[in-house]
Amino acid sequence: MEKTVNLATVSPSTPLPRALKRQKERHGPQKELKKWDEFEDMLEERRHFSDLKYAMKCYTPTVYKGLCPCKPDKIKRCVLKSEEVQYIIKQISKETHESTDIIQEEASVILDEMAHKLRLGAIRFFAFSLSKVFKRIYKKVCVNEEGIQRLQRAIQEHPVVLLPSHRSYIDFLMLSYVLYTYDLPVPVIAAGMDFLGMKLVGELLRMSGAFFMRRTFGGNKLYWTVFSEYVKTMLRNGYAPVEFFLEGTRSRSAKTLTPKLGLLNIVMEPFFKREVFDTYLVPISISYDRPLEETLYAHELLGVPKPKESTTGLLKARKVLNENYGSIHVYFGEPLSLRSIANGKMSRGPYNLVPRHIPQKPSEDMHAFVSHVAYKLELLQIQNMVLNPWNLVATVFLQNLPRMDFDILVKKTVWLKDLTQTFGGFLIWPDNIAADEVIHSSLLLHSNIVNFNKDQVILKEESEEPGTAEGLVFQHITILMCVAYRNQLLNIFVRPSFVAISLQMTPGFRKEDIYSCFDFLRDVFSDEFIFFPGNALKDFEEGCYLLTKNETIQVTPQDILVTDKGDTVVSFLALLFKPFVEGYRIICQYLQKEENEGFTEKQYLTGIRNYNYCLLQSGESECYELLSSDMHKNALAALVRLGAVSKNKVNDEYTYKVNDEAIIKLEEMLGAKIPIGKPVTARL
Amino acid sequence: MAEAAASAAADGAGCGSGSSLERERERVCAGRRLRVLSGHLQGRAPAAALVLNECRGRAPAAAPAAPPPAAPESSSIPKKRQELMKWNGWGYNDSKFIINKKGQIEFTGKRYPLSGMVLPTFREWLQNVLGLNLDQRTTSKASLNASDVPPSVVKEDFLDDLKETSISYSQEADDRVFRAHGHCLHEIYLLREGIFQRIPDIVLWPKCHDDVVKIVDLACKYNLCIIPFGGGTSVSSGLSCPVDEKRTIVSLDTSQMNRILWVDEHNLTAHVEAGITGQELERQLKESGYCTGHEPDSQEFSTVGGWVSTRASGMKKNIYGNIEDLVVHIKMVTPKGVIEKSCQVPRMSTGPDIHHFILGSEGTLGVVTEATIKIRPVPEYQKYGSVAFPNFERGVACLREIAKQRCAPASIRLMDNMQFQFGLALKPQVSSIFTSFLDGLKKFYITKFKGFDPNQLSVATLLFEGDREKVLQHEKQVYDIAAKFGGLAAGEDNGQRGYLLTYVIAYLRDLGLEHYVLGESFETSAPWDRVIDLCRNVKERIAKECKEKGVQFSPLSTCRVTQTYDAGACIYFYFAFNYRGISDPLTVFEETEAAAREEILANGGSLSHHHGGSQVESILQILKDHINVSYFFIVPMAVYKFYLAVI
Repeated sequence: MEKTVNLATVSPSTPLPRALKRQKERHGPQKELKKWDEFEDMLEERRHFSDLKYAMKCYTPTVYKGLCPCKPDKIKRCVLKSEEVQYIIKQISKETHESTDIIQEEASVILDEMAHKLRLGAIRFFAFSLSKVFKRIYKKVCVNEEGIQRLQRAIQEHPVVLLPSHRSYIDFLMLSYVLYTYDLPVPVIAAGMDFLGMKLVGELLRMSGAFFMRRTFGGNKLYWTVFSEYVKTMLRNGYAPVEFFLEGTRSRSAKTLTPKLGLLNIVMEPFFKREVFDTYLVPISISYDRPLEETLYAHELLGVPKPKESTTGLLKARKVLNENYGSIHVYFGEPLSLRSIANGKMSRGPYNLVPRHIPQKPSEDMHAFVSHVAYKLELLQIQNMVLNPWNLVATVFLQNLPRMDFDILVKKTVWLKDLTQTFGGFLIWPDNIAADEVIHSSLLLHSNIVNFNKDQVILKEESEEPGTAEGLVFQHITILMCVAYRNQLLNIFVRPSFVAISLQMTPGFRKEDIYSCFDFLRDVFSDEFIFFPGNALKDFEEGCYLLTKNETIQVTPQDILVTDKGDTVVSFLALLFKPFVEGYRIICQYLQKEENEGFTEKQYLTGIRNYNYCLLQSGESECYELLSSDMHKNALAALVRLGAVSKNKVNDEYTYKVNDEAIIKLEEMLGAKIPIGKPVTARL
Repeated sequence: MAEAAASAAADGAGCGSGSSLERERERVCAGRRLRVLSGHLQGRAPAAALVLNECRGRAPAAAPAAPPPAAPESSSIPKKRQELMKWNGWGYNDSKFIINKKGQIEFTGKRYPLSGMVLPTFREWLQNVLGLNLDQRTTSKASLNASDVPPSVVKEDFLDDLKETSISYSQEADDRVFRAHGHCLHEIYLLREGIFQRIPDIVLWPKCHDDVVKIVDLACKYNLCIIPFGGGTSVSSGLSCPVDEKRTIVSLDTSQMNRILWVDEHNLTAHVEAGITGQELERQLKESGYCTGHEPDSQEFSTVGGWVSTRASGMKKNIYGNIEDLVVHIKMVTPKGVIEKSCQVPRMSTGPDIHHFILGSEGTLGVVTEATIKIRPVPEYQKYGSVAFPNFERGVACLREIAKQRCAPASIRLMDNMQFQFGLALKPQVSSIFTSFLDGLKKFYITKFKGFDPNQLSVATLLFEGDREKVLQHEKQVYDIAAKFGGLAAGEDNGQRGYLLTYVIAYLRDLGLEHYVLGESFETSAPWDRVIDLCRNVKERIAKECKEKGVQFSPLSTCRVTQTYDAGACIYFYFAFNYRGISDPLTVFEETEAAAREEILANGGSLSHHHGGSQVESILQILKDHINVSYFFIVPMAVYKFYLAVI
């Protein structure tokens, strides 16, 4: 394990001859050493050998050394009998004067609803049918085999938690499929209850290892206890790797969502209580050239509600089988030992002084630690997400809507390619093919978004199929699709770009002022992008370092100066993130006009959407970004956090109230009408 | 610890003033005890309660060279300990593991049941488990080189005063080195490879309580530092001399204070001097049909005073109790006088019990000179036993149940699989084919017939004591419980052998040290529900640390649950590793041990159940910080007011 390398564990100066050589083969000469493993296409073998044989192969996965083999039913019994669940049953019985038997029965029902029924037969069925499907719709499914080997060792040593990024429903099918192929134990997966609505499919998923959790537990103590005990029992026994999505849901915008801590807390608890010696947390990055749900996401972001998961819906979606969705890259990151991360960061007191089966509210320290780990894992996911040429093309194209010359597109994309690599993006760019061909083929893959016509690339304005939902402008859909592809780039561009915007927004060059502005932006947009909590200065330094590296800026002890050749980069980066600044500013503007005392989120979402439509139609704004309900929600959360909007609970419903003074100030700051000032005062 | 004793000694000038004559013994109450105690904690001198006692042991006109008292001293410890015991290892000179001419491991001597026996499978086991190669030997000093030893620095006028008291003493290098250490691994390692930077300057052999009073007085007068020395079996660095100690260090060897002063058959107590060893105490009591039942693994050498000072625990505590349950009365000499209770009673309620401050104080408060301990008639019947469990977890569950039903035998110990194998490897050559055939049958029955995995199974050894009838009844009860947890009775022999090994195992470390293996034991206590997790995690942590530190062979890390209580258990760990190829083995060892202890704490265990530890000073500090004067205002009693006035 020590031999394998990863960006997270190796400083840039570490000599890595092997990785360097590999990079040269793939990307040609590079300015910086990179430390990613080589990918292997796992479909390659499938295309040459029988799927049936593969599905029926002898499957003897490597397992956890402390495994006590048991059937899913036994796990259920263990959970119901556990001290944790029994304790809470007695507790509830005391409170409600209900007999324990009834509550026990309730617990049993809850458990039946959630529990998986992992069965090898179902896995084999999926192995067979997914092979067929994947071969048809994907060009390649690339996996870093070194990562698989690391995972294999980790699985033997300690309980393992798999933490993939979440961009598509395919994610968890894909992961189980990969693990089956490489003779690793298939995981048990935390899935939303939505799937249970699907006849047959829900049960099939159950048999392939999915267990189902309600989206909201509310204050249901019994549910929470049964659920967490269920997860912990499987983890402690080393029954199978436990898989769940830190982001909680599929990211419609392709930006990494801020982590949900509930499940992470649960899987870390056995270690906190020393019920296990250690736990491995494995960040996994799954990147799609083109997610199956791309148009669906755009619709959802425009406010069309997510279609309910149903079997008929799935059957209707058959048409996807006729399309080409490019390649998938699955990157297994270095397994993180929870014990090593926790080393020195945890006081052992709280868990030693109370019996371990009595639920304890995690202390503030503990909560901070869990959050720390969650962000660390998401940043690792981001680091290993593959970027493809189309992400760059979409980015360039969005700055030149609705059409642009192909030659210029190529030129600018190639320029952006260098920049992306400088900033450490994991870009897969076939260097043995001419740039215009690379771009051409990615345009072809996304011909549902752009037309290629007489040396011009044009945004599609009309749908080829009828049936665009009412009230929607087709163009908005295609733009939001482009935006999603561009967003994949933002995660690695955000730090240098915020420095660039700060340079533009700040009068003068004083480092201090620029940092103030950076800190302000980072604070405002911390729901949009993933920043390590509380480490603004480090982010700032990283941003400056990246910009210094390609000679965009010069940093002196007092000042930050833009070099002559740096102007292009700075304005490009500022333009890249301008939609966010502009979008938030417009939302502030809208809220100033909001007269309703105590509006609901729903009212706000409709209001801001209509407001934006008017602006777009009248040409007052070109902020297409603001079409996305994702931004509306993030902005509202940010405004609440910053105190510009107050959130109150009235009759089980949240209502919001605008703090006029604060919101005006915020709008002016975003519009660079007033200086940001010191970081402390920048807090509204 | 020694430092604290030293500092207590340092400001003792003018102690023990006239108030001792007031004899307020009837007024022994919480107030006074607190006063005395606080005086020790605060380092200030309240009106001390010095009790003058006659030296009952000494002949009125004892000359310095007077012959020892008539009492038989066949197995007591001589002043020149090195004549009987190893100067650089554990135990008696005549007993050690050697490699005989056939290349097999053999235990020499005549003292133990294992003595003179060959252990045919042990060599191979050591090779497999620790990678130990008996052909490779470390080179260590064969004998002590007196010129390496730090010189003895003692003031002449102190020596003059000392000679007047006729207490015997020595400034010989070998006597001083012998008392410069306990039996921590690093101490023994240093003895073999180098020498201590600081050792006692002089060794004193008081013969009775009064001698100790005189010595402490002299120490106060000349500003000396006293380290009491009993059996010398400390494993908590309690005997090591602080390197930067500038004062003369006096090692106060209690070995000559080894008499039973009286036995009270009415109340079943015995009053003994602090220097008597466990073995000697039991031997002498047995002559009149009694025993104390206190049997720590070190009982051949450790002394009553040592037990009191370290809060010792004996193997058979389930019947007889730990030392805190056994002592009825303690006499301790401090720089301010003598502390003792005014009566010999089973319990009193007059404020905090002064004994609880003395027990475990590790010599920091004073020198324990005499104690009254409970005695019991020697049990009519003893029976060993053993139970095999399919795995350690089931075994722990069974022990928990036994503790719950409060029916634990005199001793019950549960060995993990590794320790079970270890025990098997130490099996001596069997004399008859028949025995080995029987062993084979038993093994076949347990592993093949009952389906126990020999690499999983775990064995509990049992010792029952009492009336024959009750023992048999008790035995049945325990075996019935064991059966519920899948336990199978595995014979008396296995049980007995387990206990016979107890005293011999300590000799093994010296064999290891001769062949590049460092080993140590440590122990903890933990709540029942954490026992299994704690054992697994600590063993795994040791393996992980060793691996990270470049130890090539995976270490031996094994444990046993060795005592049961209502609320938890005591766990004993052995840890050893092969240090070939490591430049600084001692550091690797110490870091690994520290990591293991940290792991214990993180798992909700204690630093020590009975070995004692370096926490004494911090606990005294906590008392000092938290026992606040204002607290006493709550109780408006004259005594307390008096107390305040003194402060």
